[in-house]
Amino acid sequence: MTLTRKKRMLWILSLLCSASIATAFALAALQENINLFYTPTQIVAGEAPMGTRIRAGGLVEEGSLNRAQDSLEVRFGVTDGARSIIVRYQGILPDLFREGQGIVVLGKLENDGKLYADQVLAKHDENYMPPETLHALKQAKTIRQIPSSKQESTE
Amino acid sequence: MIPELGLFALILALCLAFVQASIPLVGAWRDDWRWMMLARPAAWGQFMFLVFSFTCLAHAFLTDDFTVAYVAQNSNSMLPWYYKFSAIWGAHEGSMLLWVLILAGWTFAVSLGARQLPETMLARVLSVMGIISTGFLLFLIGTSNPFTRILENIPADGHDLNPLLQDIGLIVHPPMLYMGYVGFSVAFAFAIAALLDGKLDAAWARWSRPWTTVAWSFLGIGIALGSWWAYAELGWGSWWFWDPVENASFMPWLVGAALIHSLAATEKRGVFKSWTVLLAIATFSLSLLGTFLVRSGVLTSVHAFATDPSRGVFVLVFMLTVVGGSLTLFALRATAVKSQASFGIWSRETLLLVNNLLLSVAAAMILLGTLYPLILDALTGAKLSVGPPYFNAMFVPLMALLMAASAVGMLTRWRDTPTRWLGRMLAPVLAVSLLVALTVATQHDRSNWAVAGVCLLATWIMLAGLRDIFDKTRHKGLFKGLPALSRSYWGMHLAHLGFAVCALGAVLTTVGSVEREQRMTPGTSIKLGAYNFAFNGVTQLQGPNYIGDRGSVRVMKDGHEVAMLHPEKRVYPVQQAIMTEAAIQGGFTRDLFVALGEPLADDAWAVRLQIKPFVRLIWLGATMMALGGLLAATDRRYRARKIEPTLNAGIIE
Repeated sequence: MTLTRKKRMLWILSLLCSASIATAFALAALQENINLFYTPTQIVAGEAPMGTRIRAGGLVEEGSLNRAQDSLEVRFGVTDGARSIIVRYQGILPDLFREGQGIVVLGKLENDGKLYADQVLAKHDENYMPPETLHALKQAKTIRQIPSSKQESTE
Repeated sequence: MIPELGLFALILALCLAFVQASIPLVGAWRDDWRWMMLARPAAWGQFMFLVFSFTCLAHAFLTDDFTVAYVAQNSNSMLPWYYKFSAIWGAHEGSMLLWVLILAGWTFAVSLGARQLPETMLARVLSVMGIISTGFLLFLIGTSNPFTRILENIPADGHDLNPLLQDIGLIVHPPMLYMGYVGFSVAFAFAIAALLDGKLDAAWARWSRPWTTVAWSFLGIGIALGSWWAYAELGWGSWWFWDPVENASFMPWLVGAALIHSLAATEKRGVFKSWTVLLAIATFSLSLLGTFLVRSGVLTSVHAFATDPSRGVFVLVFMLTVVGGSLTLFALRATAVKSQASFGIWSRETLLLVNNLLLSVAAAMILLGTLYPLILDALTGAKLSVGPPYFNAMFVPLMALLMAASAVGMLTRWRDTPTRWLGRMLAPVLAVSLLVALTVATQHDRSNWAVAGVCLLATWIMLAGLRDIFDKTRHKGLFKGLPALSRSYWGMHLAHLGFAVCALGAVLTTVGSVEREQRMTPGTSIKLGAYNFAFNGVTQLQGPNYIGDRGSVRVMKDGHEVAMLHPEKRVYPVQQAIMTEAAIQGGFTRDLFVALGEPLADDAWAVRLQIKPFVRLIWLGATMMALGGLLAATDRRYRARKIEPTLNAGIIE
């Protein structure tokens, strides 16, 4: 009886140990691979870190889209209504990217204050506003209410 | 009139679901067979009414009845008929109707196919499924009625189906996914019924095994189709994003795979009983979580669409009730369950345990990564996302370990395996696998440790499977022995082979892909890998419900034309949506992928070119896994047969 209990205790202890080690590893890996979200206002205020991959979101500023003549280099402004930042990107923009559209970009902030994006996300749905963009706009108090949307779809 | 009948049928189905959920359960508790007998007709009636309701919605779509709001939002008179039909599940309301229809279908199948079950057990199983059905029907009728009419300002034409969903993969993807999600409710219902019964024996595991395996196979096909759709239709050429919604369907699949293996151990040896029940509960709970994540719109995802928060709350409350209730029941009942059987270190039981451990840890890691942003947002308000590197760092090593273990698992025997015999069996397999890996590592110019590693592991699994087949047929000889092997045995090998093929494809394509995004004017060409892509400009395009540009790209290799690719850029005028239609020239060893970006000055276009080696192995492997599951589930021993007398006690008939 005591032997089985001892065995069981050992089992439970080793299980707990390995579970906590695994969780610790997972959390460490998680910490290294998260991309924090910043609004344009926060970035302009210098709250965002330089040189690490972050997410930023807002509306593409009207009339700000600027395209290079001989490459896929583009530059555009992203605004939350209060402040705006300049995003540079090299590559093909998503189909739903257009001025006035809510987007999320992932990239690094460099010393010139521009965000060098490696990924630009615009959503499939014209009525859809990424939650983070909505958050940014609400932070800047440019919209009072959440636009209600009719359209949705399966995953 | 017809849409109203559809709604009426839905309400009748809800009434029947409620009957099915309550009366047989009470009957099973009071041992009143008359009450228990109600389960079957209630399930049949519910299925019939839901089929009728679904037909009504289909009728509204096919006849362009734009007075129905849901049709007006998701269809258009210009849409080809097959997209009109698939538009039924193109958005929330209709896909929930499909969900409950499939649930009723599974219930119907259980009531027909499980005739060898004791009446009390069947009554309880059908009741539990009735409870789930009641919840979802309430949800459907209460928050997302697909039959709502537009009374004023009836639109002349519909708002059209989201162009992204106008794809053959998306016609089949949701039904397959739901077949899987909902199918796990059968495993769940069996587990809960067994808990209620207090008898967690081998019989319970045998009954629920084929159902679980079939559900798992469907879910696998659904996930593979979704991945194919993302690859071909989203126009990015990526096959997996570690997107929250993808994860939501992948977690039940992983835990479901663990459940299948653990059910085998429970059936054959009577071990891991409580663990198996827990897995069955977890699998279905993760399916519900998937529904919640997709339906509530709480996540930023490539799949996220605008959603209604009240729906999310309903599903969340329902999910917590189901999970909380079943876990409480588990805590109350599972203490009485004890496994008597013991097993040695090199037994099949141990290897199945390793399988379960790895699969559930993998699912837990994905769950952590998926929910972490949500939890942190709720606690601190910080907005963040978890990147693919986290998931890769967690998932890839676990799967490598799983591959290493699965080859051993195939050869080991129940109870214990003589170590010397096992060593003798596996040593040549290991030697050849190492040789293959070494050859690959030295021969191939672009190879690295990942390629060598995956070749080692894939060969390891394949040869161990072959070795096992030879061993199983050694007494009768190969030609006489092969037909004698059971279907579940073949299914097991097919699925494991599929696992190896899938892993091979995933690693080879990740390591070997080359990609370029380039501005191209007509007449220019680009060399990428061994291929030369020449852009010949675009022509106008006129489709049934879209217009656009059609590009021509000639692909040459060593001076010979390999393919003429026609990527398209479509504009769907109704939704003002722009769609990229990639052109893919597929092959076993590589895919050539060309997609148009946007038009630039001087007739130039932004063009995305990709070469994806062995990418098709991923879906081939996934299909093999699913087919293996289906093959195993059709094994002779699962088909109706005489019930053992000990189980007969509860039957009145």
